[in-house]
Amino acid sequence: MSTGDSVTAREGGNGASADGSPLLSLRGVGKNFGPVRALSHIDLDIPPGQITALAGDNGAGKSVTIKTISGLWPPDDGEIVWEGRSVRLHGPKDAEALGIRTIYQDLALCDNLDIVQNMFLGHEPLRRGVLDEDTMEIAARKTLDELRVRTIRSIRQPVASLSGGQRQSVAVAKAVLFDAKLVIMDEPTAALGVSQTRQVLDLIKRLSSQGVAVMVVSHNLNDVFEVADRIAVLYLGRMVAVDEASKFDRQSVVEYMTTGLSSRGLQTAGVGAGSNPQASERKQ
Amino acid sequence: MMDEPTSGPGTPADPPAASVAYQEPEEEVVEEEVIAQQQLATTAPDVLADSLREYLDAWWRRIRSGESGAVPVLIGLVLIVIFFQIEESTFLSAGNLVNLFVQASLYILFAAAEIYALLLSEIDLSVGAVAGVGAFVIAELIAPPVNLVWWLGIAGGLVVCAGIGLLQGTLITRLHIPSFIVTLGGLLGLTGVIIELAQIDKTAVGGVMSISTNSPVYNLVNANMSPTLSWIVLVIILGAYAALSIVSATRRRARGLSAPPTSIVLLKVALAAAGGVAVVIICTINRGAGLIALRGVPWVVPLVLLVIGAWSFLLSRTKLGRYIYAIGANPEAARRAGINVPWVRTIAFMLVAFTGGLAGLVYASRLGSIATDIDVGQLVLFAVAAAVIGGTSLFGGRGKMLHALLGGVVIAAVFNGLALMGISAAGVDIATAIVLILAVTVDSLVRRRGATGA
Repeated sequence: MSTGDSVTAREGGNGASADGSPLLSLRGVGKNFGPVRALSHIDLDIPPGQITALAGDNGAGKSVTIKTISGLWPPDDGEIVWEGRSVRLHGPKDAEALGIRTIYQDLALCDNLDIVQNMFLGHEPLRRGVLDEDTMEIAARKTLDELRVRTIRSIRQPVASLSGGQRQSVAVAKAVLFDAKLVIMDEPTAALGVSQTRQVLDLIKRLSSQGVAVMVVSHNLNDVFEVADRIAVLYLGRMVAVDEASKFDRQSVVEYMTTGLSSRGLQTAGVGAGSNPQASERKQ
Repeated sequence: MMDEPTSGPGTPADPPAASVAYQEPEEEVVEEEVIAQQQLATTAPDVLADSLREYLDAWWRRIRSGESGAVPVLIGLVLIVIFFQIEESTFLSAGNLVNLFVQASLYILFAAAEIYALLLSEIDLSVGAVAGVGAFVIAELIAPPVNLVWWLGIAGGLVVCAGIGLLQGTLITRLHIPSFIVTLGGLLGLTGVIIELAQIDKTAVGGVMSISTNSPVYNLVNANMSPTLSWIVLVIILGAYAALSIVSATRRRARGLSAPPTSIVLLKVALAAAGGVAVVIICTINRGAGLIALRGVPWVVPLVLLVIGAWSFLLSRTKLGRYIYAIGANPEAARRAGINVPWVRTIAFMLVAFTGGLAGLVYASRLGSIATDIDVGQLVLFAVAAAVIGGTSLFGGRGKMLHALLGGVVIAAVFNGLALMGISAAGVDIATAIVLILAVTVDSLVRRRGATGA
């Protein structure tokens, strides 16, 4: 069944949301922590099968945004629209049930367990009351094959023995094992060397080519421009620019990240322009 | 995804060796994906560790990555045995070895109990006191005026122990009190409970509850299976072990799943058989002094093996066991995976106390009585020592029930050998301390190497 899903999603993904509807939309989302306005009136569309990069300086609200989408911190105002209908996420389980998987920077892997055990942690199938290792291993290997993770010697080796890139791959495989539609990755390349980073970026592209929407939070503009189909820039809790990656260049992204404006005149979507989710696109 | 059938004969594009292991390419799969699968297939033999040599390589990598496991303790045990045999020629006599098995069984059960706490990166200081309470409850239930049948008495004692574990586990997980403090309180409080239990009972003269020598509770340690029964039990255990491991490895290889090479499976079965046969032979040699023959395997030996087998199964084949390991390594990851972390930890503390109750049963059976002077503090230290000496990490997430077996035997061998040599109690304590420190040093050295990615 996963095959069928990914096939249909793949067609949609290549056509950049053929029917035009985004997978996930944030509409006027705001979040306060006491008197601090962490997010104000965020509008963001995440189309299926594309890679959306979320950029922003420290404290711009990137973490709050992903925690809102992954159900950890419900928004104070605005709405979250998932596949066309408004949803309320009361916890990570709600987001997971929709097909939203979040991979935090710490990856949440258990070093002492092997790859299969990590991928199925908390969702182990049973056979006659006993862990069904065969089913788990077959499904884990299939998922890793689909993601073409080939550098791993044995899927029965403990995660402790893996490199940073391999661990990231396992975390991704774990996220997509059960029909993920949106995978959110928080700084996936932050702690990695050059070749490991390459490995992970390739993995992200492959994920989107399989029809999964990916949202990447990153400081690294090289990575952002390498993988992203769309770029969204946050500045002090406001969404200051959202558009296709080709509409940006390095300079303009840096300007948006540091000042909230761009001298290049690409767009100046501020708080006011946010009420219509499609506003930023229409400007083009 | 999990209902996907394994592919049948595979498509022609698949190399034959991997046709079962991998999903056949789907219709619209692009060319490069087929190539990718072929590449993966060429690495398959290496992934599956087909030969003894590859298995040993993988095993060596595991040791280097911080899973030292049972190797250091096995080497240590051999050295200890050689040392004592040179010092005292009676060390390896049948009579002394059977004595050693019985001594070891107590430490094995205590270590098995403590391993549940250590796997969670916690500690249970109360296990000795829980054992004492359990032993008193059992002794009083099977004696007048209650006069329960022996197995009901044992069940009653174990239920009380599990209840204590539930209480302590609840305090630790729901009120977030450190296990060190809760179980230290348990150690002190239950020592008081033991004295109270002895006072309630009129038959407990001077704080000693004796156990009738006719009772199966007494016979657990002090009576033997007949040689014939010993052999039958051995054949059943070995046969089941051999059949299960060979069948499972063969089936997994046939499905293209990772499985140890046949040579390794056979080697393990052969080692288990050699060990089992040696134990039974030693136990069936007449070790009686004078005219009365004394032979056969003490009942406590199969009991300990049963407990270790059951707990190994629980840890390696059930969700509960898997979650205990996960929480020990990364509680946050376990929580995010949707595991009910407080509940799993509570159950683990119940298992500590329950197994501690079994240790208390063996303790009382061996002495033929249970007294208020039971040294509950020292028993805890031996529990931790045996588990750690056996190879279980103090830092959580790493350990097996097999380690309890090995560590218990090492501690018993040290005690037994030093006693044969006529070393004082002070010397015995110091020697045990040295063995423990050595074991922990090995543990942390190996871990450090693993952490630096050597």
